[in-house]
Amino acid sequence: MIMPSVEILSRIQFAFTIAFHYIYPPLSIGLGLCLVIMEGLYLKTGLSLYKDITRYWIKIFALIFGIGVATGIVMEFEFGTNWATYSHYVGDIFGSALAAEGIFAFAMESAFLGVLLFGWNRVNKGVHFFSTCMVALGSIFSALWIVIANSWQQTPTGFRIEGHDMQARAVVTDFWAMVFNPSSVDRFSHVIIGSFLAGSFLVMSVAAWYILKQRFVKHAQAMFKVGLSVAVIAALLQLFTGHRSAHYVSKYQPAKLAAMEGHYDSLAVADMYLIGWVDNKKQQTTGIKIPGGLSFLTHGSFNAPVEGLNATPEKDRPGAVNFVFQTYHIMISIGMLLIGLTLLAVFLLWRKKLFNQRWLMIIFAWAVLLPQIANQVGWYAAEVGRQPWVVYKLLRTSDALSKKVTADQVMFSLILFTLVYILLLALFLYLLNRKIQHGPDISELAEDEYDGYYNNNIEHRPS
Amino acid sequence: METILGLDLPTWWFLVIGGLITGYGVLDGFDLGAGALHLFFKKEESRRLALNAIGPVWDGNEVWLVIAGGALFAGFPLVYGVVLSTFYIPFMLFLVALIFRAISIEFRSKESWRWWRQMWDISYSVSSIAITLLLGLVLGNLIHGLPINAAHEFTGNLLTFFNPYAILIAVTTLSLFMLHGAIYLVMKTEDRLYARLTVLVNNCSKFFILCFILTSMATLIYVPHMTHQFKNHPELFILPLVAVLTLLNIKRNIDARKYFTAFLFSCIITSCLLILFAVGLYPNIVISTTNPAYSISIYAAASSVKSLRIMLLIAAIGTPMVIGYTIFLFWTFRGKVKLNEMSY
Ligand code: HDD
Ligand code: HEM
Ligand code: HEM
Repeated sequence: MIMPSVEILSRIQFAFTIAFHYIYPPLSIGLGLCLVIMEGLYLKTGLSLYKDITRYWIKIFALIFGIGVATGIVMEFEFGTNWATYSHYVGDIFGSALAAEGIFAFAMESAFLGVLLFGWNRVNKGVHFFSTCMVALGSIFSALWIVIANSWQQTPTGFRIEGHDMQARAVVTDFWAMVFNPSSVDRFSHVIIGSFLAGSFLVMSVAAWYILKQRFVKHAQAMFKVGLSVAVIAALLQLFTGHRSAHYVSKYQPAKLAAMEGHYDSLAVADMYLIGWVDNKKQQTTGIKIPGGLSFLTHGSFNAPVEGLNATPEKDRPGAVNFVFQTYHIMISIGMLLIGLTLLAVFLLWRKKLFNQRWLMIIFAWAVLLPQIANQVGWYAAEVGRQPWVVYKLLRTSDALSKKVTADQVMFSLILFTLVYILLLALFLYLLNRKIQHGPDISELAEDEYDGYYNNNIEHRPS
Repeated sequence: METILGLDLPTWWFLVIGGLITGYGVLDGFDLGAGALHLFFKKEESRRLALNAIGPVWDGNEVWLVIAGGALFAGFPLVYGVVLSTFYIPFMLFLVALIFRAISIEFRSKESWRWWRQMWDISYSVSSIAITLLLGLVLGNLIHGLPINAAHEFTGNLLTFFNPYAILIAVTTLSLFMLHGAIYLVMKTEDRLYARLTVLVNNCSKFFILCFILTSMATLIYVPHMTHQFKNHPELFILPLVAVLTLLNIKRNIDARKYFTAFLFSCIITSCLLILFAVGLYPNIVISTTNPAYSISIYAAASSVKSLRIMLLIAAIGTPMVIGYTIFLFWTFRGKVKLNEMSY
């Protein structure tokens, strides 16, 4: 058997473990926000129905969060184990973001998580709600720091290089310039809103399934409304933050943008594709397009030429052009679909016809997969489009490896993680399904109370 | 070089990391220990109680590991890369054990089938033991020193790690955490389980005392560099003295059934041992057995002065907050554990 190189194996391992980790954080972040809304409604109205659904989602949250934490720790240590040269190179910069993440975000998240999960009978409602808010905020903070670190790799600023060759490293000269590097704000907002979409679509999916099965109908409708209110705003905002991201890419990483649209010739007008296929050998892109679309978006004119892939030497630009193209376009198509879907649902809700559209409920029950896929492919486009650099234009991925780690060691760990993660995913889906089948524990009279409250019935008494 | 209160910045950051690792040992130490003892409890009820005793806090405890890792990355990136890639296989196993432990705690209560619970109980206990042993093994090797060449590359192989001294440290770590965990559990439980634990805690303390004596002797004989600081700074002899006195106090308090005080003392001894270790290493972090000149000192490994200064500020703001959350959490869940519908 021919053993693949350490580089290939390490890249596969990193891509696999981060992609697996990234199934859970968006759900945690998005559900965190939904929990704050649900519990906030409970505090405001005193209705047991909101208490029921809050407690129900807390249990699901715990499951997701637990796997998010377990797989996240792997990521942190992988920098040192597999990318020792990279760790040395960026430690001065990346390390401070990771340290800040741990100390400001993770500590907050996990301490208040204890109260959130086990504190119902220990603390009063106000303190519990406060803990829920802190957990939600903590998960957003942790995303903040990790995205800052990753954005610095995309658009490094605020540093200087010390030393030569393998001893070289980047050293901070301006902390705030490093934190607010040109891409961090746009990418952070894009990642967070993507996470809100992931969480809210999970809530709506479960709710839609209950509605289809005619189980817990009142509870399900209330959940659905919470999810929808987050989702519709997030879907619209995501178009805006995505546009902002594309804008920074066009400015700072033109080769990546060119790969995203399969654009080679720098003297030509750049088109925008709805769908298409790139042949990297022939340097040709075919598909359904808006001629000059990309030119218009970057330069405000349909006839302006846009820098193409050929402006960058072959060894300095991404090779997997079609992959970047496809992943990017899948994300955008999903983004558009989510906007359409949520606006339609809001319209039907307003006409009081939403919950008896079976077909739409079936779509929503499945739609949970859409933001999940978009989140994954969005990262693939961003990271593969950055290749062959791990720190853009400064450090090549192939130079970033641990020098002393051998291919069989990485092969061993890769097989180990593959087996463990398959098991983990199977157990996760099994238990999630169990929880959904079981449904919320319903308080007595919750539904009558709820009807009473929202029909301004005098019978309503807050509990 | 710039100093704060007479200490230079790399030394400060060495202290911060030392503090974080100590915090990790003290906090996660007891829940790992509880995990190691888990299979000694036979009744379902006892196992649930033991698990719920650590339920709200274990995740917060584990965060200290995450923070310590981040701090090492940030402050001494060279060491972070060298140590983690050197211990590649042990760390991979460690990570897998962490995953299994987290999911065992989370999944166990989700089904009531006997085999299901039995399976997660075993996985929980085995992974807790594995984590502790692996940490101890890495610690033992760092104390002992590693074959590192001039380019900071490890020249040994997997078997290098399994030297008798490192294995002894691994077992000692296990005995320490088991004692620490047993005291924690006995403090948090009542009735049957409490009665069972009072016996267990006694055995754990005997086991630990044995390991403690062996480790002390082995260190004096085989690892002379651990004591070099003591020659120049005789005042440091207070540390081993405190350790021994603390140990006696643990025994006394256990016999008197004053478990809360015993727990405080077992926190102190965990800290004491880790501080002794840090003092022995300073100013190196990785000691080369090939040639002392190849050892990696904190000065060679440190991040830039600017970065260290920023991070000390982050630590100065962050640490009180973390301690604050930790106290809030332990205060909220003070007293004996009771099972309710949100329990594991
Ligand atoms: C958009 C957000 C996001 C992204 C891009 C990442 N993570 Fe993550 N991570 C989270 C958002 C998050 C999160 C929401 O904070 C956690 C907590 C629970 C969860 O499900 O995910 C999490 C958990 C988590 C933990 C466990 C923390 C604990 O003990 O509480 C670690 C150590 C990491 N992550 C590290 C990483 C690293 C090194 C990444 C990059 C390579 C990474 N994460 C990508
Ligand atoms: C701060 C966080 C991150 C850092 C420091 C980081 C850094 C890296 C590194 C070191 C590699 C391996 C070298 C390479 O193949 O490029 C990589 C690859 C990759 N990362 Fe990231 N990454 C981060 C976040 C993410 C996240 C959250 C995802 C989400 C799924 C992601 C997706 C990928 C993918 C798919 C690859 C493989 C690309 C390839 O091999 O061509 N990254 N990244
Ligand atoms: C609606 C139209 C959308 C546009 C125009 C858009 C645009 C972009 C662009 C240009 C990038 C690359 C940024 C980079 O390379 O650094 C990106 C990345 C990403 N997108 Fe989108 N996006 C859209 C929708 C979505 C949706 C709906 C989701 C998820 C629910 C999503 C999730 C992501 C993620 C996770 C990344 C990687 C992180 C990052 O680089 O920001 N996107 N998006």
